[in-house]
Amino acid sequence: MFEYCADPGSLDSLQWWSCYLTTGKQFMFYESFGTVLALLFLTAPVILLFGFGGAMARRSRVLPLRWFGLAYSSMVRGVPDIIFFMFALIALDQGIEYIRHITLCPDWTEPVRQGNDFVVCPQAKMPLSSAPQWVHQVYGFFLAVIGFAFVFGAFAANTLYGAFQAVPHAQLETAAAFGMSRAKMFRRILLPQMWVYALPGLSNLWMILIKATPLLFLLGVQDIVYWAKELGGAKTARFTYPHGDWRLGYFLVLLVFYLALTWLSERVFDRLTKRVSRGQATMGGTT
Amino acid sequence: MKFLVKIAGIAAVAVAFAVTGVSAKTIRMGTEGAYPPFNFVNDNGQVDGFERELGDELCKRAGYTCTWVTNDWDSIIPNLVSGNYDTIIAGMSITPERDKVIDFTQEYFPPDPSSYVALAGSNPNLKGGVIAAQTNTIQANYVASSGAKLVEFATADETIAAVKSGEADAVLADTAYLKDIVKASNGELAFVGDKIYIGGGVGMGVRESDTELKDKMNAAISSMKKDGSLSALIAKWFNGRKVTW
Repeated sequence: MFEYCADPGSLDSLQWWSCYLTTGKQFMFYESFGTVLALLFLTAPVILLFGFGGAMARRSRVLPLRWFGLAYSSMVRGVPDIIFFMFALIALDQGIEYIRHITLCPDWTEPVRQGNDFVVCPQAKMPLSSAPQWVHQVYGFFLAVIGFAFVFGAFAANTLYGAFQAVPHAQLETAAAFGMSRAKMFRRILLPQMWVYALPGLSNLWMILIKATPLLFLLGVQDIVYWAKELGGAKTARFTYPHGDWRLGYFLVLLVFYLALTWLSERVFDRLTKRVSRGQATMGGTT
Repeated sequence: MKFLVKIAGIAAVAVAFAVTGVSAKTIRMGTEGAYPPFNFVNDNGQVDGFERELGDELCKRAGYTCTWVTNDWDSIIPNLVSGNYDTIIAGMSITPERDKVIDFTQEYFPPDPSSYVALAGSNPNLKGGVIAAQTNTIQANYVASSGAKLVEFATADETIAAVKSGEADAVLADTAYLKDIVKASNGELAFVGDKIYIGGGVGMGVRESDTELKDKMNAAISSMKKDGSLSALIAKWFNGRKVTW
C-alpha cells in the first residue's frame, strides 16, 4: 500500500507493521467483519418473518396449517444446524440448478445424476461458471441468509407462539365483549403486548445467531474466523511477510469483536424491553 | 439507496450473464490454498504457488479460461462432484479410494515420500506415540493403521502447531511440504525416522463424467512434460528439485 513496502525485509518494526496490516489479504480480513455484520442484520428481519409465519400457522384455526406450523417449529429445531448447512442448502442449490436445467436446456439428453456426479448443462449453472468470484460469494451469502433464517425462524416461531399464549386471556375476552373482530383483537390487544414476553427469547436467539456465523464457511463464504485462522497460521519465507504462529493474537481480536457485539446487543435489548414494558401488567411495566 | 443501486447492479450483471451465455469455456479450479509451496493464498489474497502457475499454463494450453476457488480440504471432493468447481488441483495424491469417487489426470508431480517431523532432539515413538496428520490424507490413513495414536487436523498448518505445542509427538506429511517448514523453524523442528513410501503421484481431480476436460488436461500435461516446462516449474518451486519424465 505504501511505497516503502516494496522490500519488507529491510523495514523497521513500525513500518513493517504498517505494511503488514495493509496487505490485500488483511483487507479481506477487515471486509469479512462487514460480511458477518451484513449477514446478521439481513438475517434478523427474515428470521422474524419466518418466526411470525410459523407462530401464526400454529395458532391458525385451519387444522392442516396448524400441523404445518407445529411440524416446522418442532422438526427444524430438532435437526443439528450443521446438517442443514451441509445437506438442505446443497439440496436447495442443486434444486435451483435442476429447475434451470429443465427450463434452459430442454434438448439435453444426458442424465443429471451420473454416479456421484451432479451434472447440469453449462447455462443452468447457478451462478454461471464464467461469473466472477464475487458473484459466487454473493450467491453463497444469500443461501446462508436463507439457511440461517429457516433454522432460527423455527426457534423464533416457538418463542413468538409462547409469547402470544402468555398475553392474559381475560383481556382478549374483554376485547371480544366490546365487539372487536378477531383481526382487530390481534392488532390492538395481542400484538402490542406479546413483545414483552417474546423479547428474552428473541435476544437469546440473536446471541446464538452471532455465535453461529462461522458456519458461513461451509457455504464457501469466508468469514472472520476463516481469515483469522488463515492469517494467523505460521508463514514461511514463501510469503512476503513471514511470521510464526499468530493465531492467538488474531483470535483475541475476534474475542474483542464478539464481546463488543454482544455487549452492544445487550444494551439495545435492555432499552427495547423497557420500551415494550411501558404500561404493561408485568413487573417491568410497574416502574 | 446506495445499497439498492448495488443490488440492481448485481441483478443487471446476473441478467447479462444469463443472456450472453458462455462464450469461451470457463473452468473453475478448486484448490485448498493452505499447502505451500503447492498452493497457498499470498499476501495479496490471491491463490499462488506451484499449482497456480501450473494450472494457469495448463488452461492456456488446453484453451480454457480459468478462475481460482479455494475450498477447505475436508469437503474438497464432495464440492467437486456437486459441481461447485470443475477440478481439484491441490497436491492430491492419486489413490484407489479417491479414484472410486472422482477421476484423476496423469500425475504432474512424482510420488513424494512422506516424512515424520518432531521437535529437534526429541525421540518420539513413531509406532506407538501420538502422531498428527491432516484429515482425509494418505498420511492420516497410514498413521491410523500403524499402531500410533492419530490426531487429525483440518489444515496442514495446524498439524505443525500441534507438534510445536507438544500436543502431538510428531507429524506425518509430504516431504515436499515439510522441507520448507523445517527450514523456517530455525532448528526447532527436525526430520525423524525413515521416509514412508505411500500414495501415487499428484494428479488433478476431475468429475468422472467430465471426460473431455480430463482428456484435454492430460494432453496439456503431456506437452508440458515433453518440452521441459513442467520440470522447470518443479525446480523453481521445490528448491531446484530435478524431475525427469
